[in-house]
Amino acid sequence: MPIFKMNADMWRNGSKRSLVSVIVSTLILSCSFSQPVLADRVYITNEKDDTISVIDTKSLEVVKTIEVGERPRGIILSKDGKYLYICASDSDAVQVMDVKTGKILHNLPSGLDPEQFSLHPNNRLLFIANEDDAITTVVDTETRKVVAQIDVGIEPEGMAVSPDGTIAITTSETTNFVHWINVEKLVLEHNSLVDQRPRHAEFTADGKHLWVSAEIGGTVTVFNVADRTEIKKIHFEVAGISKDRVQPVGIQFSKDGKLAFVALGPSNRVAVIDAKTFEVQKYLLVGRRVWHMAQTSDGKLLFTTNGISGDVSVVDLEKLKVIKSIKVGRYPWGAVVVPHP
Amino acid sequence: MNSLFVMIFRPIIFLFSIFYLGLLVSINVAHAKELNIDFLYIEFQEKRPATLSNLVAPPEDDGLQGVRLGVIDNNTTGKFLKHTYKADEVVIKHDEDFKARLDEALKANSHPFIVANMKADKLLMLADHPLAKDRLIFNAGTENTELRISNCRPNTLHTIPSRRMLTDGLAQFLVKKRWTKVFLIEGHNPGDKELAAQFRNSAKKFRLKIVVDKKWPVGGDIRRNAAAEVPAFTQGAEYDVVFIADEVKDFGQYVVFHTWLPRPVVGSHGMEPVAWHRVVEQWGAAQLQSRFGKLTNRTMAQKDYAAWTAIRTVAEAVTRLQTIEIPKLKDYILGPKIRLAMFKGRSMSYRPWSGQMRQTIPLVHAGGAVIKLAPVEGFLHPKTELDTIGIDEGEAKCRVQG
Repeated sequence: MPIFKMNADMWRNGSKRSLVSVIVSTLILSCSFSQPVLADRVYITNEKDDTISVIDTKSLEVVKTIEVGERPRGIILSKDGKYLYICASDSDAVQVMDVKTGKILHNLPSGLDPEQFSLHPNNRLLFIANEDDAITTVVDTETRKVVAQIDVGIEPEGMAVSPDGTIAITTSETTNFVHWINVEKLVLEHNSLVDQRPRHAEFTADGKHLWVSAEIGGTVTVFNVADRTEIKKIHFEVAGISKDRVQPVGIQFSKDGKLAFVALGPSNRVAVIDAKTFEVQKYLLVGRRVWHMAQTSDGKLLFTTNGISGDVSVVDLEKLKVIKSIKVGRYPWGAVVVPHP
Repeated sequence: MNSLFVMIFRPIIFLFSIFYLGLLVSINVAHAKELNIDFLYIEFQEKRPATLSNLVAPPEDDGLQGVRLGVIDNNTTGKFLKHTYKADEVVIKHDEDFKARLDEALKANSHPFIVANMKADKLLMLADHPLAKDRLIFNAGTENTELRISNCRPNTLHTIPSRRMLTDGLAQFLVKKRWTKVFLIEGHNPGDKELAAQFRNSAKKFRLKIVVDKKWPVGGDIRRNAAAEVPAFTQGAEYDVVFIADEVKDFGQYVVFHTWLPRPVVGSHGMEPVAWHRVVEQWGAAQLQSRFGKLTNRTMAQKDYAAWTAIRTVAEAVTRLQTIEIPKLKDYILGPKIRLAMFKGRSMSYRPWSGQMRQTIPLVHAGGAVIKLAPVEGFLHPKTELDTIGIDEGEAKCRVQG
């Protein structure tokens, strides 16, 4: 308040105008800087547009569209937040983007048709599912060399690395297996049969449980990681939607670990699940054919990619309500949050 | 850079991965045991009816290649379970003695699973053969609807959709578009007769009106005189859409764009209801198409798909049950628990009354798009919308199961 008063006085006093303008411009500058500094950004891959849409989590608008390789799908952020890795499926490459400049630095060898991947906690090894090739490729992001290729089932898709870095998981869509890979030896150690078309695997933050979604089976299987046994099969029931349209894909856990969110594909719903009791609490209506999700670093907002409607739904996680949908490119697929520095 | 990588590193890495594979693989499935799952593929190649143009001839090995890919896909899964899949192939030419070759093929081995690619009369000979009694036959070759109504056999399931499933799916779309007045043109081959008849049934079921019902006139080279003949043939009535029944694609392509009224063409031409087509690419189908293309250097056709789904159905049941006992597998396949991922947007299962695989029907435009996937939304059913197309339980006069 005193500043404004001073302003009014000083406009009349020409000799002090320069001081005022410094103050005003400083104010303006700090305002315009504060927004991008505080807000996270969500990077959305648009599978059929060969682009990435960047959404500002404050204004909830697309602030930038970046061209990338062909058919971008999986997208993840390096542990230090410096690089984005993007599966450009039809370019048969994983592209490395400098987060600061938005420029593609180089491509990593990825094997054919990379779809999803996961970065080891050591920030170095990238585990890539090669959908067209029944192989999991392990790439060293520093030397940019392939470390190993491991035979898995047909159409490997979901990839996850356990928080302690000892286990890598690949799910194979047509073979219907969860493949457990020993990271130290880089060999396949164990296979667990799940329901039809396993799409996505996600470890809980404590590494104790592994959740795997089965798109055609319509279920999520929860494994106890220590002995690799199935402890729960979660079923979904959406009123008014026939069962075969409830197709679980992406999985996310809330930052406090209490809730799980499962994207249910063409039922256009995201299920909210109690991560302890495994009970479904609620279904949130989002855009059409919801694939994957990402949440802001404060855990307040969840963004879902809706393939058919070509938009992103924003969920307020405190109220568990959908608050906005944001138009992006064609066939949005993957999502990752880049936290504010 | 990538191709260089593929050339140099892949072979080396491949050798390593084979080495790894043999080392240790444990499985969560209870009592996993070694199983050999053997298929017999039998095809009878009918003499092809003469057509004016050979531009659209179907591939010679439609069906056979679906079996081959199915076996490869199954073995990729099977290697983790010590299950080995194999298929023996018997292709009988139209000038050979079908009965004798069938006897010979059935005596040669006792493979429990048969994938059959032949017309209805031959399929019934196979199904009723004493040596096929205890085997499980998958029909991947004939769309004959009667096989799903009154001519079903307890040992025979159908992965290829019946003509009635195709015309029902199409009729739903016409209702949705309110193209309710139909000009029907029937060709002269036996398949055309059944396709037209089934379309008439679908029209009755979904309340479409067939305003003109004509047979295609034989004679002349329609390629040259379509512009003169077709407008005259299609004159004289008000219609919203033209339905053509010409399965071998003898004349239908010359009707499109020449009709008296500017109307869309559906059926065997224009927008076609199909089991499968090269333009199906959503729902993960792109990967299946690409695997098939790599193996065969052609696109996947309808019987390929039907044969592939048969082989995959057996693998799904064997993987879940860990057995090759036919009665158990049949119960599972026809039961409520099975959910098959067949790349057409919804999970599939089998109808216990007719043994028909429930499936969606893509309505495709050969120019390059899936126009719609039937069942079309809005057509409801107490059990599953998939049963709004084809022969439902009340209509079937026989039962495959129980």
